[in-house]
Amino acid sequence: MTYLAKPKFQHPDLPKNELGYTHRDYEGSVSTLCAGCGHDSITASIIQACFELSIEPHRVAKISGIGCSSKTPTYFLGNSHGFNSVHGRMPSVLTGANLANRDLIYLGVSGDGDSASIGFGQFAHALRRGVNMTYIVENNGVYGLTKGQFSATADRGSKSKRGVTNTDNSIDLAAMALQLGASFVARSFSGDKQQLVPIIRAAIAHEGAAFIDIISPCVAFNNHAGSTKSFDFVREHNESVNRLDFISSRMPIEVQYEPGTVEIVEQHDGSRLALRKLQADYDVHDRTAAQGFLQQHAAKGQIVTGLLYMDKTPSDLHAHLHTVDVPLNVLDAKDLCPGQATLDKVNASLR
Amino acid sequence: MKSTDISNPEYFHKVVDCQYACPAHTPVPEYIRLIAAGRYSDAYMINWKSNVFPGILGRTCDRPCEPACRRVRVEDEPVAICRLKRVAADYKDDITARLPKPAQHKNGKRVALVGAGPASLTVARDLAPLGYQVTVFDGDAKAGGMIRTQIPKFRLPDSVIDEETGYVLGLGVDFRAGKRIDSMKALLAEGWDAVFVGSGAPRGRDLDIPGRKEAAANIHIGIDWLSSVSFGHVTKIGKRVIVLGGGNTAMDCCRSARRLGGEDVNVVVRSGFDEMKASPWEKEDAQHEGIPIHNFLVPTAFIHADGKLTGITFEKVKAEYDAKGRRKLVNAGEPDVHFPCDDVLVAVGQENAFPWIERDCGIEFDEWNMPKVDKVTFGSTNPKVFFGGDAAFGPKNIIWAVAHGHEAAVSIDKLLNGEDLADRPAPAVDVMSQKMGIHEWSYDNEIEPDKRYKVPQRDKVVALKDIKAEVELGFDIQLAVKEAGRCLNCDVETVFSAQLCIECDACVDICPMDCITFTENGEEAELRTRLTAPSPHVTQDLYVQDGLKTGRVMVKDEDVCLHCSLCAERCPTGAWDMQKFMLDMTYAGNSCRPQRRSAA
Repeated sequence: MTYLAKPKFQHPDLPKNELGYTHRDYEGSVSTLCAGCGHDSITASIIQACFELSIEPHRVAKISGIGCSSKTPTYFLGNSHGFNSVHGRMPSVLTGANLANRDLIYLGVSGDGDSASIGFGQFAHALRRGVNMTYIVENNGVYGLTKGQFSATADRGSKSKRGVTNTDNSIDLAAMALQLGASFVARSFSGDKQQLVPIIRAAIAHEGAAFIDIISPCVAFNNHAGSTKSFDFVREHNESVNRLDFISSRMPIEVQYEPGTVEIVEQHDGSRLALRKLQADYDVHDRTAAQGFLQQHAAKGQIVTGLLYMDKTPSDLHAHLHTVDVPLNVLDAKDLCPGQATLDKVNASLR
Repeated sequence: MKSTDISNPEYFHKVVDCQYACPAHTPVPEYIRLIAAGRYSDAYMINWKSNVFPGILGRTCDRPCEPACRRVRVEDEPVAICRLKRVAADYKDDITARLPKPAQHKNGKRVALVGAGPASLTVARDLAPLGYQVTVFDGDAKAGGMIRTQIPKFRLPDSVIDEETGYVLGLGVDFRAGKRIDSMKALLAEGWDAVFVGSGAPRGRDLDIPGRKEAAANIHIGIDWLSSVSFGHVTKIGKRVIVLGGGNTAMDCCRSARRLGGEDVNVVVRSGFDEMKASPWEKEDAQHEGIPIHNFLVPTAFIHADGKLTGITFEKVKAEYDAKGRRKLVNAGEPDVHFPCDDVLVAVGQENAFPWIERDCGIEFDEWNMPKVDKVTFGSTNPKVFFGGDAAFGPKNIIWAVAHGHEAAVSIDKLLNGEDLADRPAPAVDVMSQKMGIHEWSYDNEIEPDKRYKVPQRDKVVALKDIKAEVELGFDIQLAVKEAGRCLNCDVETVFSAQLCIECDACVDICPMDCITFTENGEEAELRTRLTAPSPHVTQDLYVQDGLKTGRVMVKDEDVCLHCSLCAERCPTGAWDMQKFMLDMTYAGNSCRPQRRSAA
C-alpha cells in the first residue's frame, strides 16, 4: 500500500473518450492493498474498460461483499454508486438493486472467499436467476486478509507459503457458472490486460448474467513456488482458447481478419465481438462442450482462459418475471395506485 | 531497442532537463531541495562551485534551464530556477570560510587573463587555488567586465558584483585594474606560461543610414551608452527616445532611458514581436514600465534639422517565407512611418574586436576576423593562448562564459602539466538510492499542480525615479519555499532491475503519467506507437530494459515522469528504486588528470 495520494497531474496527451473523459476520470481513491496485488490490475482493467465504453460513471452501481477483492470498488469509478455489503451477500444485494432500478450497469465484485465459501449459495442463485450483471471474482486461492489460509478455489496439491499441501478439492467457479446457466462465462488473468479488458467490456455489454473468474495472484501469500495461482504458474499453464476484440455498436469493423480464424459475434446491444480462435475446435456457444473442455484441461493442470461460453440470445430476471420496463423510482402515484377499477379487475382474475 | 545503459553518465543527465540545458551543468534540483530545506548557504556553495556567480546569475541569467524544465511539459510554466538561485544568494550566511584558501604553495606557473569579465574570473577561480599565479588585466577600475558596465543597476546592484567578483579575487588572484592590454605581442613577450582572452564582444554595431553623421550628437550606440550610464558619465536623455533593436541590450537601454528622463520611450524592431531576441521576461518588464514595442519596421533614415535629430523614418515590412521556411522581410506596400524623437539608442547587435591582437603572433583568424578557437579545448592556434566567453564565439550569455571558463581552465591546467588537451575525462557519476523507509524517501515526492509564483517587484513609480533602485525584490522565504516545492526532483531517477520484476503491472497501474509499458520489443519509432500513453517528444529518451521472464521489455518514457516514486512504492519486489543522480563535473585540478576513476 502507499500513503501518498496519486498526483492530480495527468499525461498532457491522454486520449479522451466520447464523453470527453480520460481514463483518469474513472479512477477512485488510491489503493490500500499490498503493493503488487493482482486486484489492482483488475481495478485498472475495469477503469480501462469503462473508459473505452464511454460509460457515464453515475450509471454504474458497484456492489461488493467482504475481502481484499471487495475493497477494490473504492479504487475505481469514484463517481459511481456503490454498496459494500455483508460477507458473501453481494449477489442478493445486487439482485435487489437491479430489480429496483434496471437502468443501471451492475458490477458485482467479489473474491474466492466471498463467492466460493461464505457466499457460495448466493453466487449460485444470482447466476441461476439470470440477473443482468457483470459478476467479477478476483480469485487468488487464499484468504489474504487473514494471512493466507487456503480458500475453496485453491487447487488440490498446491502448497501454501509455509509449505503445507492442500488436500481438499477445489471449486472451479467458471465451471460452476456454466452449470448454473450463466449466459456469459469467461476466465482471465490479472497479469494479462490485453485479454482481460475486452472481456470486461464484452461482459458489461452483455444483457444477462455475465461471470468472469479472474486469477489474481496474492503477492503476499500466494505467489511462491508450489502455488498454482502465482504469476509464474499461471503464465506457464495458461491455455487461452481465444482472444477477443470488442467492437462497440458505433464503430465499424476496421480490422481485417483472415477468414476462418475469426468469428464475429453480435450482442444484443449492437456491439460485436471479434473472437480470434486459438483452439480450432473450441465453440463458445456450446455450453456442455465447454464444461467438458474445462474439466479435461483442469485434469492436465492447465488453466483455460478466454471467453468460454456466450449465449447469443440471453434473457434476464426482469424478462422472466415480466417486471415493469422502467426503474421503480420513476413510477408515480398514478402508476402505483391505479385505482378501484384496476383492483376490481385483479380481484376478478383471482376468483 | 537495446537495453538502456544507465551507467552512461549522459543517460540520466539528459533526464535532468534543467541541468542538461545549463551550459555549466549546475545541479539545479539539488540546490532547490536545499533551499526548500532552508539550507541557503549549502545551496549557494553548490552554485558557486558550478557557476561562480550565483547572486549575479540569479538576477541576470538567460535561463536556458527554464524552457527545458519538465514542469513546462506537465503543467505550463517552468520552476523559477533563476530566481531561486537568487534566494540562495540573498539568504545565505557569511560563506567566506567555506571558500577555498589562497594556495599555500605556488606551482610557479604564470597565467595572464585578459579582461575581468565572467569568463576570465571563472578561469581565475579554477586555477588560483591550484597554485597558479593568476594575473587578471582589465581596463576598468573594478572587476566584472560587461556584468558591471552593460547590465543596468536596477537589475543588478553593484554590491552583488563587488561581493562575487571579490570572492574570486580573494583567492590570491593578482588583479591589475586600469591596465588595458593593447598588444598581444607585448603580453606574450612577458613570458606567461598561458594567456586567456576573455575580453568580451565590446563593439556595438552601428546603423549606417542617411542622417547618421548629421544627427550624430543624438545617436548613441547602446552598449557604450549603457556603460556611460553605469559609470555615471551620462545622467539624462531626451524626453522622446527611440531604441532600435530587439535584444536584451535594447531592453536594458529602453528601461534605463525611462529612468533618465525619457518620458516617451519606444522600442522599434525590424522583425516580428515574437521573433525578438530578447528574453520574454525582459520584454514583459519593459512593457510593464510603459514602453511600447513596435514591430516590422525597418529604419530608413535619421531625420534632422539644424544638426539636431528630429525623428526616424521607417519602412513597413512583412515577413514572407520561402519554400525552405527561411524568413524574408519584404515591403508591406504601406506608406513609410515617421517617429519623432530627441535621442536614439542603437542596440542592433554587438561584435568582437581584436585590434590589439597582432596578426603575426601565431593566432590565426578566420574569414570573419574571429580567432580560430577549438570548440572543446578553447585553444587558439597559438598553443599558449586560449579564448573564452564572448571573445571566443561572439555574444552569448554570462552562463556560457562561465562554462567556457571552466573548460579553458581545464585546458590550461593540462597544458601546464604536459598532458594532452584532447584527453578530457568524462564527468564522474554517482547514483544512490533515496529510500529511507517503507514509504519514506529522502526527498519531498508529494507533487501537486501549482502555478509559478511571481517575484515581488518594487512599486513602479518609485522604481522609475531611481536608476539604481533594484526593480525585483526577490522571493521572500515563504514564496521561495512554495516555488521550490514545484521542482519535480528530476535528478531522483527511476531505476529498474529486470531480474527482480514479476510483471505484476503495479507500476503501470499506479503511474499518474502513464509512463510505463510492458510490451514486445521493437524499433524505437514503432515502439513509441505502442506505449500506454502517446509519446510525441522523441528527444526525450525511452528507458528500455529486457531480461523479463515473459520475454517482453519494460519501456519507460522519461518525458513527463513526475519522479513521484509511486512506481517504486507500489513495486512488491523492489524492482523499481529511486536513485539520486549526481554529476561530478570535470574541473581543473585532480578531476581532469588522465586515467581517473572510470565513470559510474
